[in-house]
Amino acid sequence: MIRAFGWNEFLVIVAAAQWTIALSAIAFAGGSVGGLLVALMRVSETRALRLFATGFIRVFQGTPLLMQLFLVFFGMNIFGFAINPWIAATIALALHASAFLGEIWRGCIEAVPKGQREAATALGLRYFRSMRHVILPQAARIAVAPTVGFLVQLIKGTSLASIIGFTELTRQGQIINNATFSPFLVFGTVATVYFLLCWPLSLIARRMETRFSRATAR
Amino acid sequence: MYEFNFAPVLASFDQLLVGAWLTVRLSCAAMLIGLVVSVFCAWGKTAGPAILRHVIDGYIEIIRNTPFLVQIFFIFFGMPSLGLRLSPNSAALLALVVNFGAYGTEIIRAGIESIHKGQVEAGWALGLSRPQIFRYVVMKPALRTVYPALTSQFIYLMLNTSVVSVISADDLAAAGNDLQSATFASFEVYIAVTLIYLALSVGFSALFYALEKAAFKYPLGR
Repeated sequence: MIRAFGWNEFLVIVAAAQWTIALSAIAFAGGSVGGLLVALMRVSETRALRLFATGFIRVFQGTPLLMQLFLVFFGMNIFGFAINPWIAATIALALHASAFLGEIWRGCIEAVPKGQREAATALGLRYFRSMRHVILPQAARIAVAPTVGFLVQLIKGTSLASIIGFTELTRQGQIINNATFSPFLVFGTVATVYFLLCWPLSLIARRMETRFSRATAR
Repeated sequence: MYEFNFAPVLASFDQLLVGAWLTVRLSCAAMLIGLVVSVFCAWGKTAGPAILRHVIDGYIEIIRNTPFLVQIFFIFFGMPSLGLRLSPNSAALLALVVNFGAYGTEIIRAGIESIHKGQVEAGWALGLSRPQIFRYVVMKPALRTVYPALTSQFIYLMLNTSVVSVISADDLAAAGNDLQSATFASFEVYIAVTLIYLALSVGFSALFYALEKAAFKYPLGR
């Protein structure tokens, strides 16, 4: 039986956005912790750490997110965990976000003038306190706009979790489409919900970017 | 402990290489057509009438704020109800072109805007024709300025093509899916596929770097 695409179907799709938001939020939280570690390793004085972070970034930026999801999904089985799309998607997206945020934040840390670090050393601050109180607060200001920009990319990336069977916005759309067979309306609705999630963030990122470049011009 | 078994993957490695070739071909076709779309839209955004500018702005915002997967579903499953029925491969190419066009437009536009007005006026003063000015005074230096951004967008496009396998278009990821269902060695197959993607992106980065050295070696005037 083919159902009509009505108000209920519409609401089911919109409600599925909560899983997209939850997945994005958890992946972003995990990616922030991982990204900070990767960024710090990337600017570290120790060569081995720098090489490891560079390799990590290369691999995650040089392979498709879909393959990263597949590898975590099938890899979990191999290492003796039950296959769970939720956990696989979270881990894969968090690792993906770690690599991208790590590379973005490395740029921001390096954009802080070198004299700041030297001044901190002259004041007797060791690595941890100079990072914590001098470098990172200044890098964070530069980082906000590109980080919000990446968040948009991450939200769009969560749609791929539907392919390994996690029921978020896109997968819910597919399920409704299989029942109603009105792909134009269904995927139109799905796209609109994504747009409403992402567009405000894009606008914020762009506004902060222009304000920041105006503030730092000259 | 799990025993890794790469033998079936190595035995059918040629299938994956065929898939890789399809991915390269699809990416290059999408990039070339997408560049034409980008140059047209960038021209429309900088010099076109207001209505065209708004249409192009809308196109860019919609594409950049929705997932590629949804775009390809919309084109492949949604367009037939508007009378546009496409094979999986053509739908994949169309979706990639539409997607790349939006990102490419912004990149090319930034390049065009980096050309100082005085350059164009100097072109007029030297008696160049309008197409000559567009080609030599605007596009060539603009492309040089945005070349790094364009190449990284190409790499991004190539990695994105893996998604077209979900509408059963032919590419490397689809070759991996086929091999996976024939051998059941999922992890090994996807490790191999991922490594091929990595090799492709590293290879293309190196190629683009060499091309940059060859194509833009004339001196930069400041």
